[in-house]
Amino acid sequence: MTDIGVTADIGSVGMDDDFMIGGERFSSRLIMGTGGAPSLEILDQALAASGTELTTVAMRRLDPGARGSVLDVLRKRDIKVLPNTAGCFTAGEAVLTARLAREALETNWVKLEVIADERTLLPDPIETFDAAERLVADGFVVLPYIGDDPVLARRLEAVGCAAVMPLGAPIGSGLGIRNPHNIELIVEFAKVPVILDAGIGTASDAALAMELGCDAVLLATAVTRAQRPDLMAQAMRSAVGAGRLARLAGRIPRRRYAEASSPLNP
Amino acid sequence: MNVTINGTAHELPRGATVRQAVQKLTGVSGGVAVAVNDEVVSRGAWDSTALVEADRVEVLTAVQGG
Repeated sequence: MTDIGVTADIGSVGMDDDFMIGGERFSSRLIMGTGGAPSLEILDQALAASGTELTTVAMRRLDPGARGSVLDVLRKRDIKVLPNTAGCFTAGEAVLTARLAREALETNWVKLEVIADERTLLPDPIETFDAAERLVADGFVVLPYIGDDPVLARRLEAVGCAAVMPLGAPIGSGLGIRNPHNIELIVEFAKVPVILDAGIGTASDAALAMELGCDAVLLATAVTRAQRPDLMAQAMRSAVGAGRLARLAGRIPRRRYAEASSPLNP
Repeated sequence: MNVTINGTAHELPRGATVRQAVQKLTGVSGGVAVAVNDEVVSRGAWDSTALVEADRVEVLTAVQGG
């Protein structure tokens, strides 16, 4: 791992800025995915560089020939595992996958992901809501992946989801945050954490998410498919920290005309 | 009797348990979960749950994703 000596951790200004999801405390606001990494070694380096404390995995049929496990990497780094329901198209599939993940990984946390089609991978709001209700009733800590819809976010919070995770843009697209206004609206209404999930392409996208008021960012592809995953992981860590600081600091208003920063009189 | 384990047909002795089906794939039980005909069978019930002809057994684990 290359240490380029950049830190933007909030601790540098002496503030405790931990945040809570489902009653658990986190100091890192960067949640990582593990998909797309070329090897477990490269993934391990990237996760270490990211400083993440919470990372997603998918559930799939056991492959008897598989060597090494993503779980070993997370365990070694003491990173909490967040199973997802990726690949599910219906609420029924997602509920079963969440229950299998709970059994296999001994966690009642789940990133609920119910997609509508393989071309866009956009989340299906109807199936997602249905699954969320059933999983909350079954005792899960549910973190649903949703479109950037402020109304759906409110409805999911109302049925007991522990966070809401609106997309910035489609999964793996790297298109950034296509509708920052909606993300701001979601943040404005939400009493649970808002985690910007999907669409992040580079560090500035992650910083923007935090500047808009998101509590955390979840990303995978931008790091795992970067030329240097470890460097991009460190960039994302700095960006999330910088964006969070900027949000707390309170940006100046945008103006149409100049406002002198030096005295105008001689 | 014939059962399907992760989409592949397997021949198991009559009255075979869920554990015997899992052992067709792996010797470890940690990090693994099983569903039979879309119902989760908890690890504590693997020995006491007998399979019947044509059961569909899914053995899942965590992989990179998300």
